[in-house]
Amino acid sequence: MSEKFAIILESGTMDKLMAASILTAGAAAMGKDVTVFLTFGGLNAFKKGAAQQAPIMPNEFKGMEQMMGQIMQAKNVPHWLENFKSAQEVGSVKFLACSATMEMFDLKLSDLEPIVEEVVGVAHFIQESEGAQTLFI
Amino acid sequence: MTSVLNQTQLTKEIDARGSFCPGPLMELIRNIKTANIGDTIGVLSSDKGSITDIPAWAAKARHELVGIQDVNGDIKRIVVRKTH
Repeated sequence: MSEKFAIILESGTMDKLMAASILTAGAAAMGKDVTVFLTFGGLNAFKKGAAQQAPIMPNEFKGMEQMMGQIMQAKNVPHWLENFKSAQEVGSVKFLACSATMEMFDLKLSDLEPIVEEVVGVAHFIQESEGAQTLFI
Repeated sequence: MTSVLNQTQLTKEIDARGSFCPGPLMELIRNIKTANIGDTIGVLSSDKGSITDIPAWAAKARHELVGIQDVNGDIKRIVVRKTH
């Protein structure tokens, strides 16, 4: 059995989405089976058209949205969604949507980016991530 | 290391300069997938993580790290041979 890596992605701010996407890509590259459980802000960020949405910045970067956008463009930093997609290309990465958040925000699986595979409850994620190196972001 | 590298004929060179961590590694993995066994692939990278990332990946994926070469300033060439 290969080793596992899991992320509970709760934050929808750009800095944390970026960090989670890079960690996911790295873990997938290193041959881990990765499960990303999307909940609350993290799930909202995965609504269809995510790459076209204006980024949400955390408090410490408030007011810097435009500047960050310019820096990222000038330096050719890939969008976090692209990092997640490359992770899926090189390895085994599964995106699971939290059923409670889906109901709270009236979302259907078809409202989300197609890389999100399934809507599941928390117990399913706990089972899926058993023995995994797990992060809450 | 450099003399070994000079004698190594590269099958392909990936120009990943300007790409951010883990971009150069991801490019290498994509190329290794479609390469033939025995192919030698070089990655040009300006990302400082690549010189630790690519050797770690090569060890894990059981490919051969041929070497790391200084190219120009912060640019390195990391060479990997596909072994299986």
